[in-house]
Amino acid sequence: MVRLLECRLNGRDRVDAIADNLLLLDYLREKVGLTGTKTGCDGGECGACTVLIDGKPTLSCLTLVATIQGKHVDTIESLGSDGQLSAVQRGFHEKLGSQCGYCTPGFIMASVGLLRRNPNPTDAEILDALGSNICRCTGYVKIIEAVKFAAALGKHGVPP
Amino acid sequence: MWSHPMNKPIPAHNIGGYIPMIDGPEKVSGRAKYTADVLGPGRLAGRIYRSPYSHGEIVNVDISEALKVPGVVSIVTGADCERTFGVLPIARSEHPLARDKVRYRGEPVAAVAALDDGAAREAIRRINFTVRELPAYYTAKDALAPGATLLHDKKLGNIERDVLFELGSTAEGFAEADLVREKTYNCAEVCQNQMEMHAAVAEYDAVRDRMTVHASTQVPYYVHLMLSQILGMDMSHIRVIKPHVGGGFGCRTETLNIELIAALLARKANGSVRLVTTREETFITHRGRPETDITLKIGMRKDGRITAVECDCDQRGGAHSGYGVVTILYAGSMLYAIYDLHNVKYVGKRVLTNTPPCGAFRGHGTVDIRFAFESLMDEMTSELGLDPFAVRRANLLTAPTFTDNDLMVNSYGLPECLDWVERESGWHKRKGNLPKGKGLGMACSHYISGASKPVNWTGEPHATVKIKLDFDGSIVVLSGAADIGQGSTTILAQTVAEVLGLDLARVRVVTGDSEVVPKDNGSYSSRVTFMVGNAALDAAHNLKNVLVNAAARKLEARPEDIECLGEIYRAGAQDKGATFDEVVTEALKDTGTITVTGNYSTIPESHGGKKYRGAAIGGTMGYSYSAQVVEVSVDEETGVVTVDKVWVAHDCGKALNRLTVEGQVQGSVWMGMGQAMSEEAAYHDGLMVTANMLDYRVPTIQDSPPIEVGIVESNDPHGPFGAKEAGEGSLAAFLPALTNAIADAIGIRFNDLPVTPDRVFDAVEKRKRAAEKSPKKNGGG
Repeated sequence: MVRLLECRLNGRDRVDAIADNLLLLDYLREKVGLTGTKTGCDGGECGACTVLIDGKPTLSCLTLVATIQGKHVDTIESLGSDGQLSAVQRGFHEKLGSQCGYCTPGFIMASVGLLRRNPNPTDAEILDALGSNICRCTGYVKIIEAVKFAAALGKHGVPP
Repeated sequence: MWSHPMNKPIPAHNIGGYIPMIDGPEKVSGRAKYTADVLGPGRLAGRIYRSPYSHGEIVNVDISEALKVPGVVSIVTGADCERTFGVLPIARSEHPLARDKVRYRGEPVAAVAALDDGAAREAIRRINFTVRELPAYYTAKDALAPGATLLHDKKLGNIERDVLFELGSTAEGFAEADLVREKTYNCAEVCQNQMEMHAAVAEYDAVRDRMTVHASTQVPYYVHLMLSQILGMDMSHIRVIKPHVGGGFGCRTETLNIELIAALLARKANGSVRLVTTREETFITHRGRPETDITLKIGMRKDGRITAVECDCDQRGGAHSGYGVVTILYAGSMLYAIYDLHNVKYVGKRVLTNTPPCGAFRGHGTVDIRFAFESLMDEMTSELGLDPFAVRRANLLTAPTFTDNDLMVNSYGLPECLDWVERESGWHKRKGNLPKGKGLGMACSHYISGASKPVNWTGEPHATVKIKLDFDGSIVVLSGAADIGQGSTTILAQTVAEVLGLDLARVRVVTGDSEVVPKDNGSYSSRVTFMVGNAALDAAHNLKNVLVNAAARKLEARPEDIECLGEIYRAGAQDKGATFDEVVTEALKDTGTITVTGNYSTIPESHGGKKYRGAAIGGTMGYSYSAQVVEVSVDEETGVVTVDKVWVAHDCGKALNRLTVEGQVQGSVWMGMGQAMSEEAAYHDGLMVTANMLDYRVPTIQDSPPIEVGIVESNDPHGPFGAKEAGEGSLAAFLPALTNAIADAIGIRFNDLPVTPDRVFDAVEKRKRAAEKSPKKNGGG
């Protein structure tokens, strides 16, 4: 079956004809052409496809796009403004929370979700928020530093 | 306050600081394009049909029903690939799609290109594959058994390669020892499991007979060679593009069947094919570290000096040669170049089995051997009542030197690495004084900075870099070196900017398109910073010469009097000088657009020896060194081991970029932790049953310890600015440092990896039962 989907994607309203069995991940990548969101596994194992649905970090590979009817979806492409990187983007760039970069959009969106609801997370809260994302390059040490740096930037008014 | 550079000319410095990667903004914004992101209208979807049998003679690959599926455009089988491929010119045993025989479960047999993925999948379901099954062997021992069916006719005994050398006399060496111990070790097979799944996009231009392939590879040059080999196309008709690559860790050094199959499909379809594999297929494509069985015997004097070593090593290599010959040679040769060893015997066997082919995995060939070696050293150290640091120090090399197997060691920062981790971990104060269940362990490791002789020995320089400078004043570095996330592009930019004294922002690096960039031998064996870095250094100096000569003309001075201050060139401190842009304009008058070349060739002394067949493997221009201390807590009730902290010191010669050195070292240590504690490729009747990220247990952020990095700079005489490798050498030491720490914590040694909670629990229970059976008089325990 095909239906019409209305949603707000990265701050803009969209209407698309979508198949009932289409995954949000494939909708974003193949239909809309937003390839920042990555496929890293065969479903729900790695976190690379994390996006925000109404602000909540969600695995787009386990989400049917039909379920986002009327909702707000934010992907990595939504971050930053006025030509400036967002606080979390700066953290991952400047503190080397990203090496090969493939897991990075997922980690960044999970971190953005965290900092938007909790601007001053403890170490334990950071680990908890990123516990379902896999990175194969960094050993996570600098990812934790990146999120802490982003939280510190947040105190100076830089949005996550 | 901003001041005009004329007032205070200072060349920019770009070496030695904490410098974020120059391609970081793309990666954190989702703009970085990986192969699967190369979208475009009209691309066909590719899918692979894989063998459900482990070993069999192919009777029939029936594609007639599959061809009837609407939307199917082309199907290729082994009939379309007469020729074989492989990374080593001496061992090309593999067809992109199986021909005559299948040798492992999951081996590609046929592939489909269709208008959409659904049609491709449906066609795959309709392929009928018939084989005459043969006996299959899933362990090295079974494959080696007398009378076993051969996987490859020419490989007798299912041995891909055996290695034997004895340098010195082990008999004499053991006779000098006060303590001789022999132990066996088993390391499970592990996978790179890089985050980006394998993918290729192939575009065939039928009118001009040209093939363009986008591949997630570490070595675009190898892909180029193998495409030509398999397609039977002239190399000049092939273009290889390497987009961003989501990690490699060695599995993408070899050309994979993925990119070859995509090209075969595209040519047959007269179109473009996008082939994106699943995570399971990425696991099965494999090229990971083989399961390894080691028997190690060491002779040691009372003062800790090692007098002799005997090492027997069997690797379960999988169904094809791949890198196997090199892996089994590394395992032997790299016994050397870390300690001052004499009287060493090595017997290695690379075995062919009916499992997916293994390959080069970070720390290639050295990791499992190092685990065994440092474990046995530690055990004997305890038995002799010595301190592990003292024993390492009793066996240090004195650089510069050549080892008994002719490996050249020029710079040797291992002593400083030992000092750093000993001090920072508080070793002497804390060892033996930790609460119950906690322990400290240490170990060392090393690695090469690029193999001195490339796999394809052509007589060309080891590395070539071009720099283009045009009217716009931007420095464009052209390099074939593949950035796979390690930051090689950033290092090249830094190197060139440093020589010219320019801000990093002036420099752009173009890589990854065979149509534009010079050929490079690729990103493997940690060669890029050393080899390509030196070539970039040469190119930058050549460019600087051009600019200095132009400045001399402009300023009417002699070239030897010209001072290059980056944005300003001047003839003496009183001279107002000329700006960089003015100098560029002057320089262009002679030749128009300027291009310069930089080369680097290794010196013959670094090429290893000839004392046994394959003795060149292990030769490098510079070895990195690492020492580690690992602190653990062991819960004897559950068997769970927690790594509380790691201190690691790495001798990288000179840290060109402290940020990326730290990142590489932390990543290596952590990857060693995965292998040591949880990762294992397991099979059931040849089917990899761990081919997903839940069953193949990669440590999460919650499992992972703080890793404190100490950078040791031994300033290698040949390295660019003194640099050596930083991305592999620290992996191996983690494994034995962990098991040594567990032994310190609970008094049980684990010689089989991974050390899972199950294994710890079983060992603790076994000890309890043994204690109950034979209670000690004093009730200890």
